[in-house]
Amino acid sequence: MTGLFSEVFLGALLFGAVTAAIPLLLAGLGEQMSEKAGVLNIGIEGMMIFGAYLGFVGAFYSGSLWLGFLTGALGGMVVALLMALLCVRLGLNQIVIGIGLTLGLEGLTALLHHFQFSRSYPRLPAADRTVIPFLADIPILGPALFRQHLIVYMAIALVFVMGYIYRRTQLGLNLQAAGDKPAALDVAGIDVVRTRTIAVLTTGALAGLGGAYLANVGAGIFIPFITNGAGFLGIVLAMLARGRPVWVLFGALLFGVCLSLTTAMQVAGINIPTDVIQMLPFLAVMIMLVLFGRRASLPAALGIPYERGAR
Amino acid sequence: MSATALDTSNGTPARRDIQRRIIMTLGPILAALIIAGCILLAVGVNPLTYYGFVLERGLLSPLGVQQTLTRMAPLLFLAAGLIVAFRAGMWNLGGDGQFLLGAVTAAASGPLLVQVLPAWLALFCAFLLATAIAMLWSLVPALLRAYQGVNEIITTLMMTFLGTSLANVLVKLVFLDPSTTVPQTRTLPVEDRLPRLFDTTITSGLLLGLAAILIVHFVMTRTAFGLKLQIVGANPRAAVHAGLGVPKLTIAVFAISAGLAGLAGAVDIIGVQGNVRADWNPAYAMAVIPVVFLARMNGIAAIGFVFMLSVLSIGGESAARRLGVPHHFTLVLVSIVLIMLALAEYIDHRYNQSRKA
Amino acid sequence: MCCPSSLISCSDAGRIMTNVSISPAATPDIVVLDRVTKRFPGIVANDSVDLAIRPGEVHVLLGENGAGKSTLIGMLSGLQQPDEGRILVDGTPTPITSPRHALSLGIGTVFQHMMLVPTLTVAENLLLGGSWWQRPKTEELEARVTEISRTLGITINLHARISELSLGEQQQVEILRALVRNSRLLILDESTSMLTPKGIDELGALMRRLVEQGLAIVFITHKLKEAAAFGDRISVLKLGRKVGEIPPERFRALGEDEIISEIVELMFGKRKDDPEAEEKAPRVLPASAAPLLEVRDIEVPATANTPGLSAISFDIRPGELLGIAGIDGNGQKQLAEALAGQLPTSGGTIALEGKRLDGLSVGERRESGLRYLTDDRLGEGTVGSFPVSINFFLKQVGAAPFWRSGIEQRAEIDKRAGELVREYDVRTPSLKTPVGRLSGGNIQKVLLARELAEGAKAVIFNKPTYGLDLANTLATRQRIREIAARGLAVLLISTDLEELLSMCDRIAVISSGRLVGTVENTGDARTRVGRLMIGLAA
Repeated sequence: MTGLFSEVFLGALLFGAVTAAIPLLLAGLGEQMSEKAGVLNIGIEGMMIFGAYLGFVGAFYSGSLWLGFLTGALGGMVVALLMALLCVRLGLNQIVIGIGLTLGLEGLTALLHHFQFSRSYPRLPAADRTVIPFLADIPILGPALFRQHLIVYMAIALVFVMGYIYRRTQLGLNLQAAGDKPAALDVAGIDVVRTRTIAVLTTGALAGLGGAYLANVGAGIFIPFITNGAGFLGIVLAMLARGRPVWVLFGALLFGVCLSLTTAMQVAGINIPTDVIQMLPFLAVMIMLVLFGRRASLPAALGIPYERGAR
Repeated sequence: MSATALDTSNGTPARRDIQRRIIMTLGPILAALIIAGCILLAVGVNPLTYYGFVLERGLLSPLGVQQTLTRMAPLLFLAAGLIVAFRAGMWNLGGDGQFLLGAVTAAASGPLLVQVLPAWLALFCAFLLATAIAMLWSLVPALLRAYQGVNEIITTLMMTFLGTSLANVLVKLVFLDPSTTVPQTRTLPVEDRLPRLFDTTITSGLLLGLAAILIVHFVMTRTAFGLKLQIVGANPRAAVHAGLGVPKLTIAVFAISAGLAGLAGAVDIIGVQGNVRADWNPAYAMAVIPVVFLARMNGIAAIGFVFMLSVLSIGGESAARRLGVPHHFTLVLVSIVLIMLALAEYIDHRYNQSRKA
Repeated sequence: MCCPSSLISCSDAGRIMTNVSISPAATPDIVVLDRVTKRFPGIVANDSVDLAIRPGEVHVLLGENGAGKSTLIGMLSGLQQPDEGRILVDGTPTPITSPRHALSLGIGTVFQHMMLVPTLTVAENLLLGGSWWQRPKTEELEARVTEISRTLGITINLHARISELSLGEQQQVEILRALVRNSRLLILDESTSMLTPKGIDELGALMRRLVEQGLAIVFITHKLKEAAAFGDRISVLKLGRKVGEIPPERFRALGEDEIISEIVELMFGKRKDDPEAEEKAPRVLPASAAPLLEVRDIEVPATANTPGLSAISFDIRPGELLGIAGIDGNGQKQLAEALAGQLPTSGGTIALEGKRLDGLSVGERRESGLRYLTDDRLGEGTVGSFPVSINFFLKQVGAAPFWRSGIEQRAEIDKRAGELVREYDVRTPSLKTPVGRLSGGNIQKVLLARELAEGAKAVIFNKPTYGLDLANTLATRQRIREIAARGLAVLLISTDLEELLSMCDRIAVISSGRLVGTVENTGDARTRVGRLMIGLAA
């Protein structure tokens, strides 16, 4: 049991937590933007898995992780474009299309993976880390937090960028209006459909990036169904964060710790099924909902397609 | 947000209406087969060979069709449960958690009960227990939605993650079969499982599933209770205006929907699998959701679409072994059909509108 | 002109402020409507309407609910397009294609239903509309708002959240928004319906200052007094048609009372050829009859968006028609819902034939004979996708003989539905037609049939003729008179004073959730109810 609290163990645990949290963070931030604008983006799991696949393909064939992130984000955006066309422009049911896209892309990426990689199961080399001077030397925290891939810092910075966008920019105002009172945005002269499309595309890019991180940095390999519900977790995070990016970060880290704990305990040879620990974050969230069961503050027009002058 | 995005107007449509419906259903399916065929071509598989093989294995070979019909049993229960929920405007996306907990309950109780009770009674009790546990599992989302207005999509999704993990914990820690090294529950002896039909390998669970979905169809279309649920789903404010007890109906909907999902798990274990292995999660509920939409939440149509899904998945699993096309292709096909159908309905709607104007 | 770069520029800012000395007669029309027609399913909302809007003038559009005022505004502000006719802006035919387009033409609208985002601050709402890549220009906005509010004498806290403001303040924000965007035509849609008398006076003064600065204002109202007090020119709309106009010259020549009587004649037409002008036949009620419906001290707490009710009490005798007059949104809907059992009350009693109903559920109250005919026919009265036949029995689901042991008896349902369709003259292609496809008038007949059939003793009507065409309006009123003649107690809630005067025995006036007075419907009831409605004692 001494191993449990050793420096190495804690370091690995924290490092793993951050690694596991980043995809959730990106997905959560992305979903948050869609929801703010009034689109319940159930298709995010599909955007993530497609981003993971294309991200891996991009990185594998180009040899550049960054190109992989780019292709991953683009992959997510392609799915998001479909979602935006069908749900935002044509006003089809967001849940039906979202689930359809998710299932279809899970299947499609599994299919493509099978024909491309199932014989060789190629891996990417371990991602290079960016060491932040001085901070990286702090015991335990240093290696975990300040020896990560550059994209990790960028993702965390994105939390504050999002906060800035929501509070301080025209886009932030427009997004919130599109979710809370689309008619007000419309009479102010801004196209609601376009605003929501921007939000959904951003969601796609972030979810795709999250997927690419998951495959390229987290796992170093693409396997079918690798996202394993991470997109759905992103939805949960976004709904619980009530429009605040910082809460997405906290939530993602909480889930990340729990996910990392499972691997860390296996490594430490502790005989508790990983499932018990995997349940913890969900249990915590459900208990919170039961205790504080007030209405989750969701945008008023969430899930409702906008139609001008509808009576 | 209502679950009635696809047309749910009841009443018998006129003949021309039926004709239109058939075109509106077959057209998108054909389009989807072509698009999916292009994907197959892209990965170097002849789509005609693939479709032919799937049809042959899933539908035309005697063994295949028996497997297909056996696979239908749990799917029918799940579809029945989803129809109840979606028609009432409640998005129960937690079917997989409910399914697994039902399965584990049945797997845990079945082998023990057969030792003390007559087989039929033991199985009956196992079914009851599985239903009850799944119902209980849905109680939290139901109460939160009914009395606090908490969105059920988020809660049922979380409960399905929780339920999947809990099922694993139960298999690995509580109901572990000590006599094998594989982490799994005790196995229900083959002779104690649901009888097979005649001389085939088809489980009699199929009949139970058919009965379940037919009863649901009857209840939803022909009874006062079903009508009340449909009012809640189609226009919640009208339900309040008409004096319906919406919170109680909400809880009833969740209980029925989850109970049927639990039964689906039980029927799969008691009829086919015999035990639950650790980390077993066929994710049937997620795959059945599009099927229920395709059937426009109609019970009779759902039987047809569940059959189609079973053919595709049995044929697809076989094709995975023989043609090297992974069975996940089934998901691609179903999802393209779903999107095509939604598009077709949109176009049809627009066409009708422009004709009226 | 709607792009924020020019939004704040000084030259533009100066323009409306400096053009003070415009003489109305010399200036060309800003906007002209030329024989504009707009149809909705089942309703002709506007029927060949002509309208000319000039700078320096408050042009009042006056009409009852359903007269087509809001549709006209929808077309001017780019939300809807006319089916026939054209709109001229500065003399050129210009289809106004979107709200953005309307703004760029200088048409700013303050809608009846607030078009502000409740979760944003005043400043943020005013800034809404900039292109998404731009940074909100908060400092410039503040300078501009300070300038405008100084000339107009209003004060607005730019950093307050909209949801924290009163309705009157929200309205000022909307007016401010239109001015910040350099509107030269300001449209105010039913702007006084949510305001206090003091707020209304302030709005009137504000409008006067604005037109003196050269703006054109279109002021939509259904209140005669406001029209006479604030207008320079009045156009009267009735059932989608423009029935008359009083130009400024005539306006100045007449006193307020003369103007009002002239408008009344235009709006309600006392001439013989008007089918609506039927005089109420005096009916004799047995004065001694015991009240059928007794309501005592009903209390409902107010919420953020809806008014509460306080100490509502009234009696209705058998055969009596009690009207509830008042400006929309003063608790009418809450009163109806509280009586029907849809809205929980925090106090008071309701008794029908001496039997207490409070504490009973919606279904039990209906069962006892209390019926509620909602004003929101598609929103809550019916399920649009369900067939006509089922909608007749929406409030009886599970009841014999239409359901036995919970099982639908289709033959019974169709038989009875067929009878009701004939009896109430519902024009429907078949019993299976989704009710949402019927016209408003026919949906109303379905509701009438549902609420009046079998066992009704007291009926609450909420705006029963709202949005109906003339034929259906008359048929509905006739139906209501008939049931009163059968000895039922009727509560008729309406914002249409003329309707109440032509139908009711007594009229109570509701204001801010209280009954402020009750008037016997005799000779001078019109003036007495009118005085109560504008806050004076009867």
